[in-house]
Amino acid sequence: MKSSIRIASGQGFWGDLPSAPIDQVTKGPIDYMMMDFLAEVTMSILQKQKRKDPNLGYAKDLLPLFETILPTIVEKNIKVITNGGGVNPAACSRAILEIARRRGMKGIKIGIVLGDDILERLDELSADGTGLKNMETGEPLSTVRDRIQSANVYFGAWPVVEALRKGANIVITGRTTDTGLTLAPMIHEFGWQRSDWNLLAAGTIAGHILECGGQSSGGNFLGDWRSVPDLAGIGFPIAEAYPDGTVVITKHENTGGLVSAATVKEQLLYEIGDPKNYVTPDCIADFTSIRVLEEGRNRVKVAGIQGRPATELYKVSMSYLDGFVSFGTLTYAWPDALEKARAADGILRKRLANAGLRFDEMRTEFLGHDSSHSHLSSGREPDEVVMRVGVRGQSYKDVERFGKEIAPLILTGPPSVTGFAGGRPKPSEVISYWPALIRKSAVTPSVEVVDA
Amino acid sequence: MARIKLFDICHGRSGDKGDTANVGIIARRAEVYPFLQQYLTAERVAKYFGGMIGGSVERYELPNLWALNFLLHNALGGGGTKSLKNDAQGKTLAAALLRMEVEVPKGLESVLQGKKPRRTTPKNVHRRRIAKDRSRISKGGRRKR
Repeated sequence: MKSSIRIASGQGFWGDLPSAPIDQVTKGPIDYMMMDFLAEVTMSILQKQKRKDPNLGYAKDLLPLFETILPTIVEKNIKVITNGGGVNPAACSRAILEIARRRGMKGIKIGIVLGDDILERLDELSADGTGLKNMETGEPLSTVRDRIQSANVYFGAWPVVEALRKGANIVITGRTTDTGLTLAPMIHEFGWQRSDWNLLAAGTIAGHILECGGQSSGGNFLGDWRSVPDLAGIGFPIAEAYPDGTVVITKHENTGGLVSAATVKEQLLYEIGDPKNYVTPDCIADFTSIRVLEEGRNRVKVAGIQGRPATELYKVSMSYLDGFVSFGTLTYAWPDALEKARAADGILRKRLANAGLRFDEMRTEFLGHDSSHSHLSSGREPDEVVMRVGVRGQSYKDVERFGKEIAPLILTGPPSVTGFAGGRPKPSEVISYWPALIRKSAVTPSVEVVDA
Repeated sequence: MARIKLFDICHGRSGDKGDTANVGIIARRAEVYPFLQQYLTAERVAKYFGGMIGGSVERYELPNLWALNFLLHNALGGGGTKSLKNDAQGKTLAAALLRMEVEVPKGLESVLQGKKPRRTTPKNVHRRRIAKDRSRISKGGRRKR
């Protein structure tokens, strides 16, 4: 057994810093790199792409990335784990293998985790005990059944572990939890068991720290952003994991950013609910048990973590079409910037009403004045202000028409207005989220390993 | 009376889970946490945000991180791609809570030494800051020339 392994975070979301995963494999020693690509909305976008072309439906950015890093990860024996397979991990793997073949690279094994996509099985599965009802509102699935765009079960670390055991150097999954991508190599390397709840919780929390990329190594740091050196060259976080569940969060030498107790704590608090009950498919982690200790420059030890048995349920993430939105912005400059922006909003609303348009919601915000903090803002007169208007409705036509009413305000509204670039705003689909639970026994992950 | 912003003694981060925002507030020093725990109740936070939140406020304690986690329900205009808010993910809500003004907590005066508590109204502070910023700009300009 290795005495420790280094797991690097290469991507915090789809669209994150393109240089980060390349830096992680080239600028210092690592054993694994995990990359999180999937947000709730992403799956429905990928389903749409797959419907148009059965060879699509994954994070296409992975291809140029593997084109760049394949020789390095083979040479250094770095294993890469990502959920960028989206709704088509098999096609994603084929495309990566094709790159390897074309470049004459041998010995690459890709593990594919399948079985999370339950879109085709919805009717059968919603007939079971839990019925896939909305776990937040309690509504039955039938309310939105005909508008469902994607449906995926959140798998945890174990299918990835199986792929690693079968010798995969690259693991491509669909909807695997962000935390599972980091936990899996620890289970694999240290031989952790399914009932090692404290260890599984430790690896899960390490995953939570890594899953948003640079957000734990100095990015978006409210504590003291001025104290973070060289954000331009930010080094993404690395978890140095030990068999006893201790993890040291660090980053490569000679990179920018900052790993401190404060930067790690901010990430620990990010997007959590009840800290004693952080539920994943692998365990329940207790965030109130974490001890955070600065043990050197850019080295923060995370230890003492306690966990409890996993539940018998998987979370299911579904998305459904829920109407259309459109946004338009205009910039008003001194004098009387705010007053003019408010007047323009009034004029716009009158025109929309005169045109007989119907929306479920219309919202106007004044950026530069109070859009973020509302009544908590200072209330001072801004020198310039951006009027941002959004509408949401079920009628595509009405939402589209809204986009035609923004630009005319430049010639037919209050003066010293600008900032209307990029043409008329176009409606975009609202993808709403339907979270549900399903018995683990109803869905079985499957793992394939393929060779170049 | 010496008043400070919560931001002077705490930092934090906020994000979204559907239409619920989570706001994590972290004491900058261990000595500040007991004050935070006693002062920053769910009721106080709910009252502070007022109409910005449609639902209830839940509070969780993480003494190990010197931190509190707040869940603000129905705070993001529907959440996800449904929300018409510029800050649909509640990313700026931690800062919104940290701009809360509080009296310098008793017994923490020494802890806060070296960090001048603001004794002026926010308006004056702003004017002073503008003056400072302007001087920075002009200095920079001169250097360049």
